[in-house]
Amino acid sequence: MAQAMGFFTDTTVCIGCKACEVACKEWNQLPATNGGANTLSGNSYDNTRRLDGIHWRHVKFVEQFTPDRSQGRWLLMSDVCKHCVQAGCLEVCPTGAIIRTEFDTVVIQSEVCNGCRDCIAACPFGVIDINPASGTAQKCTLCYDRLQVGLEPACAKACPTASIQFGPVAELRKRADARVSQLQRAGETRAHLYGADDTMLGGLNSFFLLVDRPEVYGLPPDPKLPSRNLKSSSWISVAGAVVVGLAGLLSFRARGSRP
Amino acid sequence: MNAPSSTLFTAPPEWQWLIVLYFFLGGIAGGAYVLGALIDLFGGLLQRPLARLAYLVAFPATVVCGLILTLDLRRPLRFWHMLLQSETFRPMFKAWSPMSVGSWALLLFGFFALLSFLSALGEGEDRRARRLAPFARLRPPGVVGVVVAVLGALLGFFIAGYTGILLSVTNRPIWADTNLLGLVFLISGASTAAALLALLGHRRAAATGVHALERFDSVMLVLELVALIALVVSLGGIARLWLSAWGALFLVGVVLLGILVPLGLYRRSLRFGGVSGLAAAALVLVGGFLLRVVIILSSEGA
Repeated sequence: MAQAMGFFTDTTVCIGCKACEVACKEWNQLPATNGGANTLSGNSYDNTRRLDGIHWRHVKFVEQFTPDRSQGRWLLMSDVCKHCVQAGCLEVCPTGAIIRTEFDTVVIQSEVCNGCRDCIAACPFGVIDINPASGTAQKCTLCYDRLQVGLEPACAKACPTASIQFGPVAELRKRADARVSQLQRAGETRAHLYGADDTMLGGLNSFFLLVDRPEVYGLPPDPKLPSRNLKSSSWISVAGAVVVGLAGLLSFRARGSRP
Repeated sequence: MNAPSSTLFTAPPEWQWLIVLYFFLGGIAGGAYVLGALIDLFGGLLQRPLARLAYLVAFPATVVCGLILTLDLRRPLRFWHMLLQSETFRPMFKAWSPMSVGSWALLLFGFFALLSFLSALGEGEDRRARRLAPFARLRPPGVVGVVVAVLGALLGFFIAGYTGILLSVTNRPIWADTNLLGLVFLISGASTAAALLALLGHRRAAATGVHALERFDSVMLVLELVALIALVVSLGGIARLWLSAWGALFLVGVVLLGILVPLGLYRRSLRFGGVSGLAAAALVLVGGFLLRVVIILSSEGA
């Protein structure tokens, strides 16, 4: 396998230009919302609203202002599939459409997916959705087609501030650690990395530098694999089946059936 | 400050009314087969018509389940990708994915339900029955019949309960915040199947076992009530999502009309006879449907 590749998204230098969204849409030929007749969300400058089947990059605008708006700050973050090392979507996919590539990224094969939508419910980050044009579940592929010919993903290429950095995950982690240290030395003590180590789903190959709690950015504070409930649910159900079976046996055995 | 539940940061899969209907019918199909097998294996001769009725319900319900599931896919013609790898045509199976295991289980259960359906049709006096008479051996007490009934019943249990496990093996609010949904759906499947058989059987030759069904369903309703209380407790803070119309529907539709009132009516029926048992069975079916409505759609909207 080639070395693991991923994104380091430094939210502190994102300017909300949405070049990443546009580059992603163009390269991946994703259709416009409502045929281009989009409506305003009323939520800051965010009219993309969320990641879905036709938006594989989404720039979030978090406004943190005092009521009179005299003081405050913007938190901007270009969200994307996290390409989890332990991926919930890949775990549950019943068709084998979701695969791990030689770059350690997670890709949905559109020609295999049948649109059951189990992966949508399984993703801890709400990344996946159905692309109405294909009728299949879709999300960021980390530009698998570009990676195969030695190109970097379209969003990272287009990002004018290097908020989205692409490269080998090990190298990105070193770079991210250095950036956190730099910010903390400069007084931004809230700076921390989200998903950079293997404690979160084995590590997120697309990880983030944040300056507030994850939930402020719409990120789950403690994402987990869907299979965490599998064993306990199964054993409890087996015990239930035994009880139901015994109740049936006692109710229907020949002696107990007399009216 | 307490961090919010991570399940609140996920996206809904848009499993709507078709899935509600599948979960309801799947519970009935699996439950009916289990009841038919239990009656065939342990019941008396007088109850055999009731088991026959159960098999006549289980297979058509399973066929409808398969059709519903296929229709719910965004690419229905690719339904077979659940079972075969589309490039190699090798079996596609993931033991750790409830939807993958469920797809195979539904196929296998459909096979056993078909055998028992044919065996049920083969018991009778008319011309069709005479043509299908060889299949009658697929019902107990013969060895082949016992094997079919046992394997079919095991799969029936699975079909009734795995849907709850499938919901728990996601990251969605409510579904993934408890590990009791499989248990609740299993009990509810047995309960709704008993209620349907009681409704269908009361005027037929199957009427002999209807009181046994009512006794069984009373036990199931008590178990379901206990399981639902445990479910709400297990949800912890996320249960606040039900401080809404969903919670009202849960309390009034599922608990009151679907469990408590039928329990009283069954009690009356078992003591004094009359039609209260029929009313109870009808309410149990409504409650079983509403249970799935609340569980599935309240999470979809969260």
